[in-house]
Amino acid sequence: MAAHLKKRVYEEFTKVVQQQQEEIATKKLRLTKPSKSAALHIDLCKATSPADALQYLLQFARKPVEAESVEGVVRILLEHYYKENDPSVRLKIASLLGLLSKTTGFSPDCIMDDAINILQNEKSHQVLAQLLDTLLAIGTKLPENQAIQMRLVDVACQHLTDTSHGVRNKCLQLLGNLGSLEKSVTKDAEGLATRDVQKIIGDYFSDQDPRVRTAAIKAMLQLHERGLKLHQTIYNQACKLLSDDYEQVRSAAVQLIWVVSQLYPESIVPIPSSNEEIRLVDDAFGKICHMVSDGSWVVRVQAAKLLGSMEQVSSHFLEQTLDKKLMSDLRRKRTAHERAKELYSSGEFSSGRKWGDDAPKEEVDTGAVNLIESGACGAFVHGLEDEMYEVRIAAVEALCMLAQSSPSFAEKCLDFLVDMFNDEIEEVRLQSIHTMRKISNNITLREDQLDTVLAVLEDSSRDIREALHELLCCTNVSTKEGIHLALVELLKNLTKYPTDRDSIWKCLKFLGSRHPTLVLPLVPELLSTHPFFDTAEPDMDDPAYIAVLVLIFNAAKTCPTMPALFSDHTFRHYAYLRDSLSHLVPALRLPGRKLVSSAVSPSIISQEDPSQQFLQQSLERVYSLQHLDPQGAQELLEFTIRDLQRLGELQSELAGVADFSATYLRCQLLLIKALQEKLWNVAAPLYLKQSDLASAAAKQIMEETYKMEFMYSGVENKQVVIIHHMRLQAKALQLIVTARTTRGCGMFLSKMYFITDLPHLQDSFVDKLLDLMPRLMTSKPAEVVKILQTTLRQSAFLHLPLPEQIHKASATIIEPAGESDNPLRFTSGLVVALDVDATLEHVQDPQNTVKVQVLYPDGQAQMIHPKPADFRNPGPGRHRLITQVYLSHTAWTEPCQVEVRLLLSYNSSARIPKCPWMEGGEVSPQVETSIEGTIPFSKPVKVYIMPKPARR
Amino acid sequence: MPEIRVTPLGAGQDVGRSCILVSIAGKNVMLDCGMHMGFNDDRRFPDFSYITQNGRLTDFLDCVIISHFHLDHCGALPYFSEMVGYDGPIYMTHPTQAICPILLEDYRKIAVDKKGEANFFTSQMIKDCMKKVVAVHLHQTVQVDDELEIKAYYAGHVLGAAMFQIKVGSESVVYTGDYNMTPDRHLGAAWIDKCRPNLLITESTYATTIRDSKRCRERDFLKKVHETVEHGGKVLIPVFALGRAQELCILLETFWERMNLKVPIYFSTGLTEKANHYYKLFIPWTNQKIRKTFVQRNMFEFKHIKAFDRAFADNPGPMVVFATPGMLHAGQSLQIFRKWAGNEKNMVIMPGYCVQGTVGHKILSGQRKLEMEGRQVLEVKMQVEYMSFSAHADAKGIMQLVGQAEPENVLLVHGEAKKMEFLKQKIEQELRVSCYMPANGETVTLPTSLSIPVGISLGLLKREMAQGLLPEAKKPRLLHGTLIMKDSNFRLVSSEQALKELGLAEHQLRFTCRVHLHDTRKEQETALRVYSHLKSILKEHCVQHLPDGSVTVESILIQAAAPSEDPGTKVLLVSWTYQDEELGSFLTSLLKKGLPQAPS
Repeated sequence: MAAHLKKRVYEEFTKVVQQQQEEIATKKLRLTKPSKSAALHIDLCKATSPADALQYLLQFARKPVEAESVEGVVRILLEHYYKENDPSVRLKIASLLGLLSKTTGFSPDCIMDDAINILQNEKSHQVLAQLLDTLLAIGTKLPENQAIQMRLVDVACQHLTDTSHGVRNKCLQLLGNLGSLEKSVTKDAEGLATRDVQKIIGDYFSDQDPRVRTAAIKAMLQLHERGLKLHQTIYNQACKLLSDDYEQVRSAAVQLIWVVSQLYPESIVPIPSSNEEIRLVDDAFGKICHMVSDGSWVVRVQAAKLLGSMEQVSSHFLEQTLDKKLMSDLRRKRTAHERAKELYSSGEFSSGRKWGDDAPKEEVDTGAVNLIESGACGAFVHGLEDEMYEVRIAAVEALCMLAQSSPSFAEKCLDFLVDMFNDEIEEVRLQSIHTMRKISNNITLREDQLDTVLAVLEDSSRDIREALHELLCCTNVSTKEGIHLALVELLKNLTKYPTDRDSIWKCLKFLGSRHPTLVLPLVPELLSTHPFFDTAEPDMDDPAYIAVLVLIFNAAKTCPTMPALFSDHTFRHYAYLRDSLSHLVPALRLPGRKLVSSAVSPSIISQEDPSQQFLQQSLERVYSLQHLDPQGAQELLEFTIRDLQRLGELQSELAGVADFSATYLRCQLLLIKALQEKLWNVAAPLYLKQSDLASAAAKQIMEETYKMEFMYSGVENKQVVIIHHMRLQAKALQLIVTARTTRGCGMFLSKMYFITDLPHLQDSFVDKLLDLMPRLMTSKPAEVVKILQTTLRQSAFLHLPLPEQIHKASATIIEPAGESDNPLRFTSGLVVALDVDATLEHVQDPQNTVKVQVLYPDGQAQMIHPKPADFRNPGPGRHRLITQVYLSHTAWTEPCQVEVRLLLSYNSSARIPKCPWMEGGEVSPQVETSIEGTIPFSKPVKVYIMPKPARR
Repeated sequence: MPEIRVTPLGAGQDVGRSCILVSIAGKNVMLDCGMHMGFNDDRRFPDFSYITQNGRLTDFLDCVIISHFHLDHCGALPYFSEMVGYDGPIYMTHPTQAICPILLEDYRKIAVDKKGEANFFTSQMIKDCMKKVVAVHLHQTVQVDDELEIKAYYAGHVLGAAMFQIKVGSESVVYTGDYNMTPDRHLGAAWIDKCRPNLLITESTYATTIRDSKRCRERDFLKKVHETVEHGGKVLIPVFALGRAQELCILLETFWERMNLKVPIYFSTGLTEKANHYYKLFIPWTNQKIRKTFVQRNMFEFKHIKAFDRAFADNPGPMVVFATPGMLHAGQSLQIFRKWAGNEKNMVIMPGYCVQGTVGHKILSGQRKLEMEGRQVLEVKMQVEYMSFSAHADAKGIMQLVGQAEPENVLLVHGEAKKMEFLKQKIEQELRVSCYMPANGETVTLPTSLSIPVGISLGLLKREMAQGLLPEAKKPRLLHGTLIMKDSNFRLVSSEQALKELGLAEHQLRFTCRVHLHDTRKEQETALRVYSHLKSILKEHCVQHLPDGSVTVESILIQAAAPSEDPGTKVLLVSWTYQDEELGSFLTSLLKKGLPQAPS
């Protein structure tokens, strides 16, 4: 594999060089140019039969053509086209013309005339369609040229009456892509007759061929996409298409109706067969709702999806979508939802709003029952009950979007979402749990709903359970019974699936801090305290007990009366948990107790500002570095770094900033130290030993800069520039060291390409370097080193502006826990799957950057790329990696530990903008410009494994 | 006038004994052949003597179609084919063909062995009857004979249930059988394309019901079972062997899997095992979820559900048992019920309707003390729950299907008259489709408009298209051509081709007309004046003045002549061919108005 890769690299490498030679030796290129088209010409002339010619063309199409020779090739192709009798060959030529006109750097306007010309004389429908496609390619290539677009539109209109659907399709496509946006421009241009493209396309809505009808609607949508305002008249036409016989027409028509409804939401349309009028968006909403019960599931999915984005619809219509009037034997029946609501809603048995809400079964007026409502009635009820899970998912998504924009709707759709928690397909269940979480701000769960929600906690799928924990974190519960129920179910979950421990504790933390007043009356029961008797002290290591305590302590944070209910051991347990699980247990103000927390707690609210200030001050102090002597500067830096690190540990909100700046300062410190070395003053042969330190410093600075650049999310361009600058300095340092030690350093100037990425910075290393650039270019290596050395020492320390929000990427491996003493045994040569479960924080694009590394005791390292599907996204900025790592090794005599850790891979070319500055320069960019590497960002976990020798 | 005639022999304004006769374009088709559960005498089977008093049914019926395996749709089949006598083809889907004989055999056993009926069909008759069955696939068009064709659509309801389209020429009828428009745990929803039949015969069991979402019911069911089991109780679910039983099994199985439950579920053996076997085989007939996951695991290969043994009923600890029969009137389910009834922790869930007189009906109506045989009194302490899991379309579903198929007429069967009345009114009101609901033995006759297909020659069509056919294809257009009728084939060809084919010479038909003009001038001058007049009016036609003094407009010839008797008037001879009739008559009327006064 490696050899193959190497070969590939060399191949590509040599290829690049050759092209450059061609560019430089322009004469050679000119010689080759006609030869290519000539070869084709000869080939085509040689061809005795159409089949032969087709073969030649197919071969030709496999190779790319340079922009310069396109025109020649096109001429030859056209020439052959006129002579060719076989339509299949003409078709291929036509398609080649289209391909060629897409070549970058070639302006296809010169071949347009010819293309139109051959179009006029063509008889075969297929070739015609292909030619129109070619014209489309030409037209899209020249978006600026109005005259050409006009002409193409004209051509398209002429061929619209063609009998073949393929040709009409292409014509409509052409019109949709090129139809002029403004009429006034059209009038000016060459006095061509104004064509109302919309009218023309609209005429084809009633074409006899469904494919053409679809193409017409698509063309109309294309016009809309290009910014042309569609007329409102189209709405009526599109509505007729909703009852088309063909699903693709209906599907496209639904889209078109949606587009028009977004364009003219407020205009008024009449309701047929009555005198009433409604808003267009409401009407469209009703029509799209109707399509949710279409015969074709493709249309149903389309309709359900679009419903979600119709936020302007009036609430009356919106709420109808969840309404399905039930009856049984012509007697009104209440839905199970209604009945459940009645049972649980506190004291309110009949809202009195709806007619006969409280009478269980009254006769329904047979005349008043409408079985197929024209409006939106029950659209979501149907959508959520659909046979295809695609439709159900689309409906859930739509519900989510609509509920986010309308709190009252959110309240209403709750029952339906809760029902979806029991869908047979896991994806749907998961989706509805996520949806519920997204709208949880708008809703409060009733007890019966909570009951259904909590029932899902027993699901065997980990994803579902965790999604549900997330949901419970941000749910509002209305009663204390609800809280109790939730706690009981969560504890049940905990005993059934002990691996959910962390997730459940976290969930209870939020549950407690959200509902302090509801938890308060439950405290005695939960802690099982008794007014008169002392009860047994619970086991401190019991996860269930810890869970209860987490709930109570978090509630107590905002409920000062609660600690009075605690018994003695509770306080002791508090102190213990505050220390051991500080992320779950908040600092409490406890009466009459001098705990560590009481010292901290008053500062909790007011601390943020001072710490921010402290950070600022210490950073500012550093900026006066320039004026200090080297020794003082070093000390100052060391102190500041220490301060920052401590601050980061104390204040989790500022950890990112503090770490970031500390790292930067550490770089600076290293640099200063390196420059302080004596070696610079000594003659070259003497410092051989000492240079180790300098080069090590340079290397470390480089590593740190990569960390700064890629491990933090929220780093802006300003910072990147400074980081690059630091890296440049490190490189210069490295250069000087190597240059002085190895002497034979002819190539080092090339390394300076790095400068190009940096903008001009006042008084910086780069600034000076740029000033000296002409000198550097001409001078000898030894001199260059000298210049660099002095510049480096003179260069000022740059301020690092702090970004608004910065977070360090971090990862924790939850599983394997690394505690097991039992080695994982497997037969050598075979593989064993190791489950890896990790949480990632603040990692951008984890699918591409996060890797798993396995280090074997023999130093062999293995890098594993997890599948994109292994990453879940439970919340903003957080990811979860659940994957399997395959281990294998030859037989060992003893069990031994392998290390598993997560790496963050980076690719510097991804971020550095390419600068044209260098291209004209003499320095050839031979060094590869992108640097790839990895940064370990999680603590390694040790796994005990034992490959046994295979038995024979 | 062609017509479609429909006569229900059973299921007309009634549930049970589905049997409908349809005559369409001279073909007679019998839809379903069921028995009635409510009767034990002759009324349980349809009255086949209605079809013919003497002579074999085969001569009168072209085919029989069975929609699904429920006995009220296929129960009378062996009687009909073997005892009354029918040898023609019987069409049904593959699953129906497989399961139908099992149910028939079961039915026969109960009727003959238990009730001791004589003169009932035998096992051999069932076998012979099944030999006449032709199995069809979904959406497969089967040619019964040269003209009659049938096609099956998916109907949900039970495994293998189908709707059938019967088509002769351009006339068609769709029969739905029983169907379900909402999917359940093991079957999908009924679906039909826009086939626009002349008549849609649909069931209407739930004509006056709009049902709540299935999810609530399922959730309730699961919750009840789960809670009882959690508290250590036993759950008895009396079911019939096929259909709902499988749905409930899947429901419980997936729930057990999801919730990681370990409580045993048992299924009473016998008939059911055979039935489950067929469910395993006919995966394409099930719903999306089962179809998609069966590659990994066939959902009907239950992990948690085991075969029941009589001894298990006395085992301690919680369990769930499915037992037959569904109404607790006999057999295993009743035995288990008697054992468990005394404990209030236990629960019985009745998933369907119970006939009056059965134990099931008694406990559902709230009776707590049951008198068993031998004067024994059984006190029922266990919880009794009712869960309806019916697989028929509700009123909305029926309307939805009618909307999907877009029929010209709807005919309601398989429902109660009063409920049908309501639905009929709704269909007529909201869909504007005429609707019928005949009683048993009553015939509905529907006139159909006969459409006659006419072949058109491509040349003619292209010629007409070339004259600028705009996209409004649905607008009627005038077309000139010749209709040739030959061997009951109709063809539209151009007149030249027709002449050529028939070997006829073309005749020219010319109209001539004399128009008297008051003009004193000479003929040539008159002709010249006519020429200039016409030229000025008929701008888009070609008007010529020929050297011999006559004027032509296209092919119309106008000659001026002076009659001898009156020199003051001139006679214009106008002559045109039949094809130019329009222009010719226009010209004569124009000339009759006279020439404008010459500017003198």
